[in-house]
Formats: sequence, structure tokens, C-alpha cells
Amino acid sequence: MNELIANLKIQIIEALSLKHLKPEDIGDDQPLFVEGLGLDSIDALELVVLLQQQYNIKLANPQDGTRIFKSVKSIAEFIQQHQTA
Amino acid sequence: MTFITHHCHIRNLTLRHQGKSLFAKTHVTLDDFLEMAYEFLSLNYPKFYKMDRLSKLGFLASEIIVKDMPLFPRYSREEVALVLSNASASLDTDQRYSQSIKTVPSPGLFVYTLPNIVAGEICIRQGIQGENAFFVSEAFDARQIADYVTLVMTSGKTKACIAGWIEVLDDHHDVFLYLVENEKDPEGLVHTAEQLEKIYSLNHE
Amino acid sequence: MKTRVHVAGFGVISAIGNSVPEVFRSLSNSISGISPLTLFDSVHTGVLPVGEVKLSNIALSEILSLSPNTTRTALLGTHAAREAVKNCGVDLKKWKTGLISATTVGGMDKTEKFFNDYLVDSSKGKLRDVVNHGCGRSTELIARELGVNRFISTINTACSSSANAIALGCRMIAAGLLDVVIAGGTDSLSKFTLNGFNSLMILDPNPCRPFDASRNGLNLGEGAGFTVLVSDRVRESEVINSKAYVSGYANTNDAFHQTASSPEGRGSLAAMQQALAMSNLTAEEIDYVNLHGTGTVNNDLSEGTAIKRLYGDGYPKLSSTKAFTGHTLGASGGIEAVLSLLAVEKQCVFANLRFENAIPEIGIIPQLRFESGIQINHVMSNSFGFGGNCSSLIFSRSI
Repeated sequence: MNELIANLKIQIIEALSLKHLKPEDIGDDQPLFVEGLGLDSIDALELVVLLQQQYNIKLANPQDGTRIFKSVKSIAEFIQQHQTA
Repeated sequence: MTFITHHCHIRNLTLRHQGKSLFAKTHVTLDDFLEMAYEFLSLNYPKFYKMDRLSKLGFLASEIIVKDMPLFPRYSREEVALVLSNASASLDTDQRYSQSIKTVPSPGLFVYTLPNIVAGEICIRQGIQGENAFFVSEAFDARQIADYVTLVMTSGKTKACIAGWIEVLDDHHDVFLYLVENEKDPEGLVHTAEQLEKIYSLNHE
Repeated sequence: MKTRVHVAGFGVISAIGNSVPEVFRSLSNSISGISPLTLFDSVHTGVLPVGEVKLSNIALSEILSLSPNTTRTALLGTHAAREAVKNCGVDLKKWKTGLISATTVGGMDKTEKFFNDYLVDSSKGKLRDVVNHGCGRSTELIARELGVNRFISTINTACSSSANAIALGCRMIAAGLLDVVIAGGTDSLSKFTLNGFNSLMILDPNPCRPFDASRNGLNLGEGAGFTVLVSDRVRESEVINSKAYVSGYANTNDAFHQTASSPEGRGSLAAMQQALAMSNLTAEEIDYVNLHGTGTVNNDLSEGTAIKRLYGDGYPKLSSTKAFTGHTLGASGGIEAVLSLLAVEKQCVFANLRFENAIPEIGIIPQLRFESGIQINHVMSNSFGFGGNCSSLIFSRSI
């Protein structure tokens, strides 16, 4: 799990062009949207793309994103639950 | 009569304000130059990193022309207009987005496949809510844009207008952005097509 | 304004018809043009509903006597612009005439074909497919076909582009710079935009439901809409029986987000208010609002909020015709201007198709059925584009 979280942070910074941040700047439980990192709706869509490209998980309903993308930890948990072999 | 009170050029990896070089680099890519310029100006606006090159160029140029004399609260938000133009529209980003279709289309790139998004980014950052337009023409057309800005300012609703040319395609970049106001500033450059041609051509290699 | 700007003629081509009479027939019979994609091969073919013009490029090029290599955007634009000019009764050569067009797609339909071949092998791909890619090129092609060369301009401000083209045309006539302006816009469907909007997850996999509580996105469309605008002098001299004039227009920036509208609809509200101020009308004098109404969760709530802020519960008849045509992007301002002018000419309002329940937060109930035989003096047309670009046009009946 820890390795997944560490990798996710690097991938998120890359995918969302968060060039002002390093992985250690993002807390595992830190809210990603609204407060916290202040990501917006387009960032959420890019996270959907990230899930597909890096983890082969297709998110059909963007509404689920609010729950899944709450924090890096919640994304990691979702990936672990849904990862295809 | 209206006046060109501030102007900015970005060409050949050089940022100029009122004709004087503010920041210049050699032997770096355009992408690196843009990030270095952003850091040099200490702008603290992380959304900058997500923008496409067209928006980054417009964003930087607009920051420079308002830095000495902020637009607000001098004007109300609806009194400031934005009139932009270029030759390649959003082609630089269109190309990048098209590449992404091969794997997974990138929403973050698609959002920038319209030339007027740079106008949106400038308005969001500066808080401008007046009218805005974006024209596509083969080259900087001083006559067309001077006439249009004059029309916009004659209507009475608009008291200040950021206008100019923001062109980027691959490594070629050519930005000329300026502020037109009713008030004469100490330099007092009268806003005419001839004056714009002259300033546009400054240091143009 | 020193001169009034009259509408001497208009032309249109869209999913619901290839001419003004055909389009009006569909509107008055509430027949939608939304159907499964057939225009090109895509993972979305037969799946995503779109508003296709029911003519292939070959058919269009034959009708127009143009090369089949012409981009679809230019073909559609030429078709509609020619109809507008044919109907206007003005001798273009006698006056200072300009063409102001608008497009967001440009020649992309041809370019994306080239790109696929070129990516695989950089010696492949026909260069003639990309030579007309630029937005300005479609305008120049249309200008050449119409014989206009005095003033040609292209506006690209996303979905408000052709509304802004019409506004600019009015301004140039009012300033005496031009006597006649053919103004409007054109856009064709392409994989580029289809994939792009899909990546933003704002496409409805079913026919769209603007302003409905269960709306789930937009359907992309294509087409072109052009108006011929003339000054008082031209109208008198050419004895034109124009039924409407442009009484007001405004443009603002929402300054909120690149693609989403502010929740309070401030940009849209300001555009509507400023257009009213210019036309010297009160909000209550508007008889019909042709909404931007794309069917996305965001736009309809934001636009609806702006309408409520302007009118409270006393809003006029309103509808989104995008349920008929799809969202025609850069052409939508022009096409919907033509539909608004039809409302004035025929004294009618069009249905907001597929509406069932009002959006709970605003409770607006749009026009449910086509209605004619009513008094329509002033029509407002809204077009709100990405980049926060908000435009409103007002057309008024000539007495």
C-alpha cells in the first residue's frame, strides 16, 4: 500500500502538472479538492485518465470521482479493490 | 483620443516591458523559458503550470503590463475589455491534444484547444469581466485591431482595454500585448495603427 | 447608433434541414435532427447521438460546384452563406461589403485524416488535406464564393463565436465602416471535438434534455448560419422588406473557469442586462429567449440561475433549440440567430424538446410545444462559450 501511495503521488504530480509540489508535500489523507490542493473539475477528469492509463481501471460515472478522489489514500484503496490481475 | 500606456513583448526568449528587457534566456526550450519567467516574476499562481503555451504567454504578458499600475479598483470589472489575435489560433495545443487521442484523449489538453481560452485565463487571473474578442489573421494587423479597440472604447462601457497579438507554434513565439486607456500617462503614446506598428516592430529580429 | 442594423436575409444548414424552409418545417413539427453518428469511423459510431447535417461532403460539393477536397466546415458555411445572400435582395457589389465568419473546427475534418497517415510515416498523407486547416481559410473560401473582398475577418471565441461575428458586423455598420455585412459562422463534426468533449465527460449518450432535471450532457452538432446585415441607407436604396433588426448585443467574460460557468451565472446575467440596456428594452419586453441551453449540468443551471436573477418567476417563453440541432459549437450563435429571426418573422416560438421536470434549484419550465399566432416583438439569443465568453443578441420586429 505504501509503495502504491508513493507511486500515486509521483503520477498525480506529473499528470496534473503540479510542478510547485514534491511528493512529500502531499499528505496521504490530505483533501485533494476544494481546500487542500485546490484541484478542479478538469483535474478530476485527468485523474480518471490516470486510472485508466496506469492502472487499467475504467471509471464510467464521473460522479463517483468525488468519493474516490478525496485523498491519495482513498485513490490507493480504490485501486487495490479494483485492480485487474 | 486614447493612449497606449503599457506594452510588453515576448520574443526570442526575451520578456520586455516598455521596450526594456526584463528577463532573457538563451539555449533553453520555450517551455523551460516560460516556467523560468514565471518563477522570476514570483507570481504564486500554481494553475500556471497546467496552462498551454498560448495561455502561459498571454498570462505572463498581461501580468507585466499591469504590474506597475493595477487595473482595479481604478476601473470596475466590466469596464476593462480584452481584444486578442494571432495567426495559428490554438494549433500548437491542437497538435499536442491530437497526439493524446492515440492513447487516451487528455481533457486537460482539450480544454486549451480554443484560442480564446487564453482570454479566459487572463480574465480569471485579473478579474476582468468586460467584453473580449479573439481574431485570427495571417499577421499582426495593427489597423484592424486599432480600429476595433477604438470602437470598443467609444461605446462608453469600456474604459481600458488590454489588446494585442499572442502567437505561438512549436518554438516560434511572438507576443505583443498592450494596455489602452483614456488617461494619458507620462509617456503619452497616442493609440493609432501607426504607433502600434512602430512599437510592435521594436527589437523585432 | 446612428443607423439601425437591419437583417436583410439569412441562411442556415443543420441537422434539421438544409435550408431555412426545411429547418422551419422541422421546428414547427417538433422533429429533432439528433441521431447516431455516421459521418466517420470512430469508436463512437452508432453509439453517441449527434446532430449531423444529412448531406455528405460529396453531395455538398456537387450542390455547390466546389471541389470535394473542400473542408466540410467551408462547404457548410458556403451553403448557408449563399442562401442568405440569395434571399437578401442586395447587390453586394454596389456597397462596402464585408464577411465576418466564425469557426472553431476549421479544416480539422481533413487534417485529422492527414495526421493519422503522417504519424505512421512522415512521407505519407496528402498535404492538400491540411492546406485549408486554419480557421481563416474557411472564411476566405466563403468570401471567394460570395465575391466579397473588401473586409474579411474570422472570430474564434468558442461557442459564442458567430454571435460575436454578428455583433461585430453591427458595430462596423453603425460606425459607417461597412454598409453590408454577411455575418455568422460554421462548424463541422470531427473526431477531434468528439473525443475532446467525451474526455470532458459532458456528452449525453442519449439525445440531450436541455433544462431538464435529469439532463446529462450535450450532443455535438454541426452546421452553419449566416445573416445579411445592412444599414438604413442600403435598406431604403435597395427597397428591402426586412422583417427584423438587431436592437442590442453585449459580450462579457464570466472570469470563473476555462470551461465551466460560474454558479451564479454572473457573466451570462451581465451579457443579457447589457444587451437589454443597449436596445433600450426592459427584460419584460422580451417575448422569447433562445437559450444557450446545451444540456450540461453546469450550463443549464448557471444560465437558468441568471434568468431567474433577471426575471424572478416572471420569465418569458424560452427554449433551447439544441435539442433539435445539437450543440453546433462555433456555428451555434449564427444558427440560433437565424432561428430567433424565424421566431420574429413567423411570430412563433419553438419547443424545448424532451423536457419533463424542471431543474429543482431554479424551477424553470421552458416552452413545451411549438406555438404560433402569438405576438413576438423582441427575441433574445444567448451564446456562452468556453473561456468565459458570454454573448447575448436581441432581434426586434421591424414595424
